[in-house]
Amino acid sequence: MYDKGKVITGIVLFVIVFTFPFWINVGKANIAPEPKINPEVAGKVCVEDKAFMKANHMQLLDEWRDSVVRDGNRTYMGGTGRYEMSLTNSCMGCHNNKAQFCDSCHNYVSLTPNCWNCHIESKENTNG
Amino acid sequence: MLEKALQGSKIYWAWVAALLGLIGIGFFTYLYQYSQGLGVTGLSRDVSWGFYIAQLTYLVGVAASGVMLVLPYYLHDHKTFGKLTILGEFMAVSAVLMCMMFVLVDLGQPKRMLNVILFPTPNSILFWDMFVLSGYLGLNIVIGWMVLHSENKRGELPKWVKILIYISIPWAISIHTVTAFLYSGLPGRHLWLTAILAPRFLASAFAAGPAILLLIMFVMRKAANFHVPDKAVNTLSIIITYAMILNVFFLLLEMFTAFYSNIPGHIHAFEYMFVGSHGKWAMVPWMWASVLLGVFSLVLLIVPKWRKNPKTLVAALITLVASTWIEKGMALVVVGFIPNPLDQYTEYAPTLPELVISAGVYAVGLLVLTLLFKIALGVRAEAANA
Amino acid sequence: MDSARRNFLKIAGLAAAGLTLKPAGNALGMGVIVPEPEGAAGFDNALSAKRWAMVVDTRKFTAQARKAAVAACNKAHNVPDIKNSKHAIKWLWEANFKNAFPEMAGPHVPPQVEREPMLVLCNHCDSPPCVRVCPTKATFKRADGIVVMDFHRCIGCRYCMAACPYGSRSFNYVDPRQHLGQTNVDFPTRTKGVVEKCNFCAERLARGQKPACVEACRNNELIFGDLADPNSSVNQALRQNFTLVRKPELGTQPQVYYII
Repeated sequence: MYDKGKVITGIVLFVIVFTFPFWINVGKANIAPEPKINPEVAGKVCVEDKAFMKANHMQLLDEWRDSVVRDGNRTYMGGTGRYEMSLTNSCMGCHNNKAQFCDSCHNYVSLTPNCWNCHIESKENTNG
Repeated sequence: MLEKALQGSKIYWAWVAALLGLIGIGFFTYLYQYSQGLGVTGLSRDVSWGFYIAQLTYLVGVAASGVMLVLPYYLHDHKTFGKLTILGEFMAVSAVLMCMMFVLVDLGQPKRMLNVILFPTPNSILFWDMFVLSGYLGLNIVIGWMVLHSENKRGELPKWVKILIYISIPWAISIHTVTAFLYSGLPGRHLWLTAILAPRFLASAFAAGPAILLLIMFVMRKAANFHVPDKAVNTLSIIITYAMILNVFFLLLEMFTAFYSNIPGHIHAFEYMFVGSHGKWAMVPWMWASVLLGVFSLVLLIVPKWRKNPKTLVAALITLVASTWIEKGMALVVVGFIPNPLDQYTEYAPTLPELVISAGVYAVGLLVLTLLFKIALGVRAEAANA
Repeated sequence: MDSARRNFLKIAGLAAAGLTLKPAGNALGMGVIVPEPEGAAGFDNALSAKRWAMVVDTRKFTAQARKAAVAACNKAHNVPDIKNSKHAIKWLWEANFKNAFPEMAGPHVPPQVEREPMLVLCNHCDSPPCVRVCPTKATFKRADGIVVMDFHRCIGCRYCMAACPYGSRSFNYVDPRQHLGQTNVDFPTRTKGVVEKCNFCAERLARGQKPACVEACRNNELIFGDLADPNSSVNQALRQNFTLVRKPELGTQPQVYYII
């Protein structure tokens, strides 16, 4: 092999740089946040059960989005009743604490959903 | 063969470094545009396409023009083009790449670019433009590479590559036709709504593209001892001459229809371009410059003595490229929006960030072109020494 | 996501093709319909039509009515007020006769017509060029004739703006939220980089309300209704008056009619 030294040094450097995020964070794992439910709505049921919502809320919102915008269907038969398919009105109507309910988890996994570029957070925050 | 791009003189590396620098500046300016929105450009509600899309249009022509080398060689056995077709193919690769980047920097939501593929919409000409451009890119990469590969190995060109070459000839026509259809099928944009837009595009492309290629060959002759047969230069400049004559002829046809029919919508754009209208005349000096440069280049090209003299030929080619670029790479797209559908005159001029981003895209294209041509020359040199 | 529910949504979308889900839900035996939660009422009283259309009675319009209509629209849809006219967003706005109908302008237009601006908006064409050119189906025509935008899907290529012969489309060159005073929480704002236009208040029709501009005009200056219904107010107005549409020669078949 030509330039053995250079090649091996290069590989070692690459491995170090590539794995940098892992070993710099060893032993520093943050505890996953628990999304907080607004106390006023504690005990109420969501459009689907908690486990389903936890795993699928993003797909559900995507389906709602297409259904409302493209098909003109605006209501949803959930496991517990009929709901308006609306992020602002239905979801945020109960979960009106975006910071504790949405952002805490999304920030933890460093995710920035585009929803809020257009949809307005909640009635409380925008009365000005 | 790739390693040929890694061996070069100081001048070569300085050139590559300069291009990389430009690309870097362009990239950071694009990040600025990305964060602020297209408001940093000169585009407006009325003139909603500008410099970027005009460059796309011009460069599709440059890409298509490679066929002016490929066709005479493969269909008419015009042997002097034998060593040059590869340059046409590689120029097409570089030009199509630039086209794609100019579309990308023009998008308001580039992150959603793949929606064009996720929700394929055959009734949109833009869908077909994407299809033919990516197909043309693929064809030229494969063909160019295989031609070079067979030269390197001093073997025959495989049959399947020849088939691809025959396919690439009508495909080249298709990319510029589809690009013309982007415009010529829109109701209410009178400057564009003309059946001869596609032929016009092809004529100006077959004048400007080979002119650019000839200029590049002259540079390579000086900088890299590249051998360009005189006969090839002659044939190419005759092709350029006829294409330019057709281009001017087509433009005059448009004007005849507009002015003799006297239909206001058809006249307005020409009026705005050449004499100004409603106190707006930003395009007037450019258009007259385009006319003068075009006439100048045509005179030099038509007279055989001047066409055959390398010095006057270079002057003719440079003025021809400038003339067609003003007409197609600036005016045609922008003036299609002037006046707007409500008969109001809003002018457009690109802003500095817009120009810097465009320079960055051009630098990417030039870098790709440089590397590909370097490889081609390297392979040639090696074959000659063997 | 649970595929049964997925399919249900799809089927309901096809079956209802309109604005209420209840009959489809029943037909599919999707269980008992429980009372709607508070705040989501009003979807069964949705206004529906086979072909929505509008008549603009320019004779009745006053400057005040025009302003009220535009203001109502801007408020309902969070249309920003951008001072730089190059970046302006317009859904419903005032234009002079010579601008709305450039082919018909001339020296002998009655002074009243020439002076008084008229309202212009998306024409919700029957054969919309914007829909034809959109490479992602982000803009499309609904079964009831309304040409709408899916802001989620728009890539911001602005081909539709080149295609629209009425200048009815606007692009968000800047973040519109910087230019909004009070926001209406019931309708989203837009993000920078997407195109927008009038949607005939599809979101209000779904709630049983007429378009905001129609509601803001107190004297029937704007008439809105179903062209397929011979007794609708639009059909009556069209029968009783000679009307114009903008640029009929382009074959777009606009569905906003003007009584001059």
